[in-house]
Amino acid sequence: MPERLIIDSEIVANQWQLITEPGDNIDDNSAIIVPLSMWTEQRESLLKRPRLGLWLDCDQSPQLIAEDLSHFELVAIQFPNFADGRGFSYGRELRDTHHYQGEVRAIGSFIRDQLFFLKRCGFNAFALETADLEKSLASLADFSDSYQAAMDQPAPLYNRR
Amino acid sequence: MYIYDEYDQRLIDERVAQYRGQTERYLAGEISDEQFLPLRLQNGLYIQRLAPMLRVAIPYGTFNAKQMRMFATLSRDYDKGYAHISTRQNIQFNWPKLEDVPDILEQLATVQLHAIQTSGNCIRNTTTDQFAGAAADEIEDPRPYCELIREWSTFHPEFAFLPRKFKIAVCASNADRAAINLHDIGVDIVHNSLGETGFRILVGGGLGRTPVIGTQIIDFLPKQHLITYLEAILRVYNQHGRRDNKYKARIKILVRAMGIDAFRDKVEQEWAVLKDGPSTISEQAFEKAKSFFRSPAYQIIDDSEAEAALKQQADDDKLFSTWLSRNVSAHKQPGYSCVTLSLKRTGYAPGDLSDQQMEAIADMAEQFSFGELRASHQQNIILPHVPKSALLALWRQAKTEGFATANIGYLTDIICCPGGDFCALANAKSLPIADAIQRKFDDADYLYDLGDIDLNISGCMNACSHHHIGHIGILGVDKKGQEFYQVSLGGSQDRDASLAKILGPSFASEQVPDVIQTILDTYVDQRTDEETFLDTYRRVGLAPFKEKVYA
Repeated sequence: MPERLIIDSEIVANQWQLITEPGDNIDDNSAIIVPLSMWTEQRESLLKRPRLGLWLDCDQSPQLIAEDLSHFELVAIQFPNFADGRGFSYGRELRDTHHYQGEVRAIGSFIRDQLFFLKRCGFNAFALETADLEKSLASLADFSDSYQAAMDQPAPLYNRR
Repeated sequence: MYIYDEYDQRLIDERVAQYRGQTERYLAGEISDEQFLPLRLQNGLYIQRLAPMLRVAIPYGTFNAKQMRMFATLSRDYDKGYAHISTRQNIQFNWPKLEDVPDILEQLATVQLHAIQTSGNCIRNTTTDQFAGAAADEIEDPRPYCELIREWSTFHPEFAFLPRKFKIAVCASNADRAAINLHDIGVDIVHNSLGETGFRILVGGGLGRTPVIGTQIIDFLPKQHLITYLEAILRVYNQHGRRDNKYKARIKILVRAMGIDAFRDKVEQEWAVLKDGPSTISEQAFEKAKSFFRSPAYQIIDDSEAEAALKQQADDDKLFSTWLSRNVSAHKQPGYSCVTLSLKRTGYAPGDLSDQQMEAIADMAEQFSFGELRASHQQNIILPHVPKSALLALWRQAKTEGFATANIGYLTDIICCPGGDFCALANAKSLPIADAIQRKFDDADYLYDLGDIDLNISGCMNACSHHHIGHIGILGVDKKGQEFYQVSLGGSQDRDASLAKILGPSFASEQVPDVIQTILDTYVDQRTDEETFLDTYRRVGLAPFKEKVYA
């Protein structure tokens, strides 16, 4: 996870440690993002931790964990490469279908030019790996309106004109 | 036709600014080639064999004289003075410079045109009947529904990075001129017993490497649910379509792998969340969409009088009469016709237009057809609303400009991709084959005797010219660095869609015209009085053709 990221259109320091393997070293009090498999195996001990996030890999739909979403302060969705658009649907499913209210964080190989669409799909945190964050903020506002209904605009333009 | 309001104009202007910024960052080395690829593709820009190619959208094939003039200007200012009508009702420029594209897009935006999503793994330009809004056999004008789909699919945040490209076609007539069986989604506009509008939806059709005829997923979708249902299909595809192999990534492979019933269950599950939600189309939205496609200010004409006068003119001139029978089709308004300008004149690449020809067509549209134009997937241009009394004058003018070849639906009305001469994907050239066939079969009486024959030539498996659904299909293949051509027979794009069967081993380019001759001779030999080529093929099968060709 990069040291700084964009959350709610501001550049902030990252507070979370991403655990991708169950054997990774974990501080007792740190905020951790754990993979689905680790949650399934260590549910009880993980529930005792102060701050918990969930890591969904690119082929893991939020549907797999719909019942447990309330235990997580954030859900991080992995983009294995920027052309793999499954995460866009996962974002919408989290917000629309499962009414998830916590942070939805994009991590992995997405790019600055996808920020506007990611935001519309319910993501509010963007752990861009290589981009200049200050400049990237502009891409969140590439368009001032949209044709379709999505997270930022509940009504499609055809019902608003 | 659809006219932008301030929303549309603002969005399209913002898109130009966005792409200008992306191009600048790319040229400054801030974006890698790999990252720039989908960004430029979603703005229609390919890098081809010799130069970039820019594909500009003509939404559902409808445009006007002013826009045609802009194409002419752009082809002169940024290209080599010509453009190409594609097989998906779009227009392509073959020689623009990458750094000029933002300026080209800015100019296009001034006449409400763009290149958004004309390529890339996203929802592409929606296509429909080239006679939409004019055809005598349509139950409704499909364009208001196409426009709603255009709006929904443009910059859709969730579906810009699909497993593969996604094409939607809409049809509202008895004859299917939009090939809805052969698209990722086919939307068939239907009326139920109460006279209400709804949609029969087909899914998983497509050509390319693995041609498949679409399967019905729902027989009657009430009209207000169109967008939520499409969204549910796309959401299932986006999550479950294969991403490990681009040749197996189209929705047709997913539908086949899951089976239509399991696929439908998944769609219904997603739809349950979306149905009756905010994207349900309001009655007001339908009315608003329809308001853009009202009929032009037709004159009241007595059709029988107009027909009698036309018959008189036709009797006096056999060439005019032949043209009437091929290039003019029935209009729903008494006294009017739809006219197809043939871009299939021998000696010219199918679908190509010079800047002067584009301007000549714009003039004709203004003079004869309320300024309206259509592009067809057969790569011709249509003047949709021509009074019958003006047909003779129009024909004379079209003849002068070279658009009056009376071959619509005939063997020489060839659908042909740019092929190996331009396209980086092609295995073989296609244009010289089209040219050789047009030259060999240039006799109007012979073509008339043969009747309707769709001949489609693709330069590779990607099947841009839909060779699988030509009555005769020709596919360019590469055999150890040599160009060969595989011939197939019996395809059809109509309601009774069928996929062509391969005749046998492929041929060298110089053999192709003679092979076509043998196929035609076999048809003439086998046919009964009333049979078209396709009828005869369906009755006798592949064997007699095979026997003669490989004798």
